Amino acid sequence: MALPFPQPAAAAASVDLAPIRLVDPDGSPTAEDRYSRDLPPETLSWLYELMVVTRGLDSEFINLQRQGELALFASCRGQEAAQIGAAACLRKTDWLFPQYREIGAFLLRGITPAQMGAVWRGKWHGGLGFTERCCAPISIPIGTHGLHAVGAAMGAQRLGEDSVTLAYLGDGATSEGDAHEALNFAAVFNAPCVFFIQNNGWAISVPVSHQMAAPSIAHRAIGYGMPGIRVDGNDVLACYAVVAEAAQRARDGGGPTLIEAITYRMGPHTTSDDPTRYRSEVEVAQWAALDPIDRYRTYLQGIGVWTERLEERVEARSKRVRADLRESVVGADDFDVGEMFDTVYHDITPDLVRQRDELRAELAKEA
Amino acid sequence: MTQIIERPPMHGDDVPEPRGPILTTVPQAPTLTMAQAINRALHDAMAADDRVLVFGEDVATLGGVFRVTEGLSETFGEQRCFDTPLAESGIVGIAIGLAIRGFLPVPEIQFDGFAAPAFDQMVSHLAKYRMRTHGDVDMPVTIRIPSFGGIGAVEHHSESTESYWLHTAGLKVVVPSTPSDAYWLLRQAIVSRDPVIYLEPKRRYWTREVVDTHTPALPIGRAAVRRVGTDVTVVTYGPLVATALSAAELAEEHGWSLEVVDLRSLNPLDFDTVADSVRKTGRAVVMHEGPRTLGFGAELAARIQEELFYDLEAPVLRATGFDTPYPPARLEKVWLPGPDRLLDCVERAMGQP
Repeated sequence: MALPFPQPAAAAASVDLAPIRLVDPDGSPTAEDRYSRDLPPETLSWLYELMVVTRGLDSEFINLQRQGELALFASCRGQEAAQIGAAACLRKTDWLFPQYREIGAFLLRGITPAQMGAVWRGKWHGGLGFTERCCAPISIPIGTHGLHAVGAAMGAQRLGEDSVTLAYLGDGATSEGDAHEALNFAAVFNAPCVFFIQNNGWAISVPVSHQMAAPSIAHRAIGYGMPGIRVDGNDVLACYAVVAEAAQRARDGGGPTLIEAITYRMGPHTTSDDPTRYRSEVEVAQWAALDPIDRYRTYLQGIGVWTERLEERVEARSKRVRADLRESVVGADDFDVGEMFDTVYHDITPDLVRQRDELRAELAKEA
Repeated sequence: MTQIIERPPMHGDDVPEPRGPILTTVPQAPTLTMAQAINRALHDAMAADDRVLVFGEDVATLGGVFRVTEGLSETFGEQRCFDTPLAESGIVGIAIGLAIRGFLPVPEIQFDGFAAPAFDQMVSHLAKYRMRTHGDVDMPVTIRIPSFGGIGAVEHHSESTESYWLHTAGLKVVVPSTPSDAYWLLRQAIVSRDPVIYLEPKRRYWTREVVDTHTPALPIGRAAVRRVGTDVTVVTYGPLVATALSAAELAEEHGWSLEVVDLRSLNPLDFDTVADSVRKTGRAVVMHEGPRTLGFGAELAARIQEELFYDLEAPVLRATGFDTPYPPARLEKVWLPGPDRLLDCVERAMGQP
């Protein structure tokens, strides 16, 4: 006799360990036919431009940090295809919930170098002006912002929108309890939320093999009752296609998806890290051969979208954005000390007014 | 119940009250328990504004383990009052996401001891979100937490958590002591554009009072003098206001006149009301349930001596719980500060030359 408990609604799903790939590392199209790689030429070149400019911006951030202009920087080198592909297929009203390494996604949303640089300069926490672009401020406590993406997706449901939210998480983040709660809440409430896990191999010095014993991060989706998909994170078109499919399913009321994008963090965790202490040159060299920008350029050359003119345009844009970063970050004024008191509450408390006055008096005495 | 003395005119007096279905069908001010007053406040807030959402563990079908959220799911539907999976961090985390999209979330943490799993969301995100977005994003989240001891509960059900939240910039903390305050502090918390931690003194859930749901009580950020006296100021809040008032009756037999200040709002703090009282009496005893070390009494004592040193006739004393974990139920009566511990402090203060 069956136990008097509700029976499962559906048989457990399975996850394909072979990642979705639309373009091979040598730049040739794969035989994959479940997803389309046929985007309009202007979209294809836009993705290329975003990736190249992101890498240039990333380099400039590192330069500025080395020159002492920035306190710290977390490079996204090697992950451009993953983070740009995921955001590029969404509407600009779909909320993004980033970690701190997604400068490609920020650039895509029109967040300026000065606005994202504010964090690393130590000018302001979180970034400036992000929410105007439907992008949450950066989130440094690992894995905690997935819940915000779920809450915002539940809000979209209640507003009657067909928008989706996208949470960027990493391999390390999936070990956090909040990531579990986010995935579970999303599944229970059928929230229109896409979890995009950039599995870049390393959580600072700890490899993925030390984060979990599951066959893959995507396999965890089975336990939550949502689709789990592995994708080649160094293939921008595959990331675009897989997230687009998941987003459409969410818009249509099909609920959340867990996507594991397999990529590699080419640089250190941050400018304060020394990755030679925990990973081999051989491994880094293997991944360098899988570079997402080189692969995509070769692909574009093959289909005739890449031109000298495109390259010139992209290089010129990259140069301008790098100069913009340098000028806007190095030249910028700090905020007035009053800002740190005035932004704590909507209506400042009497005690904070008093403390603000105390500090002003202290500074006046020193001056 | 003791009435608030001399209610002054205040911001919001001239604003007409939004009318929900219950308000229009109950012509006279009803007598409500504190639990019912909180339920009424949630109902009226949800009727007044579609953006108000109530969620947490067991709040919908069951109506909450204390029945505080009873009827809300039936009246407003499961989109607006819903049960969540059993995960406190998740409950606060989705509240933040909902607030980003313009909702006014009122999540419940079922018991004080279970706020701990939500600590990171409350401290690292909820409290800081406005500042981290340079003031761009409101966080109008009201977290209701049935709190404090005195009900003979099993462990993790009797904690005082206020010091954690008070030490966290960006949160407001309110603690009602009467049904009327429970109603109005919650209504005001829900429309506040900042996060408010609303601590419900569960051992006072069943106290009754006529609650005027049309005339707003004092706003958040204002203390109330619950009893006028001349010798010693007792500063307290939440469940211990009634304790202080009964102690004040006993004190009269000794010829001591106690003034009882109910803080109501711990942040923002109405220190002016405390200061006015202490200037008059020259003596202050601070009382709260939680452990003494770095309890809110420590802050109040420091503040009183910093600002009122030359008005004081005696050191500021603290009648509090002890620096132990909250004890088993059979021992809580002797652990909790009651009239005796308060009056011992009063005696010491009065014994000063």
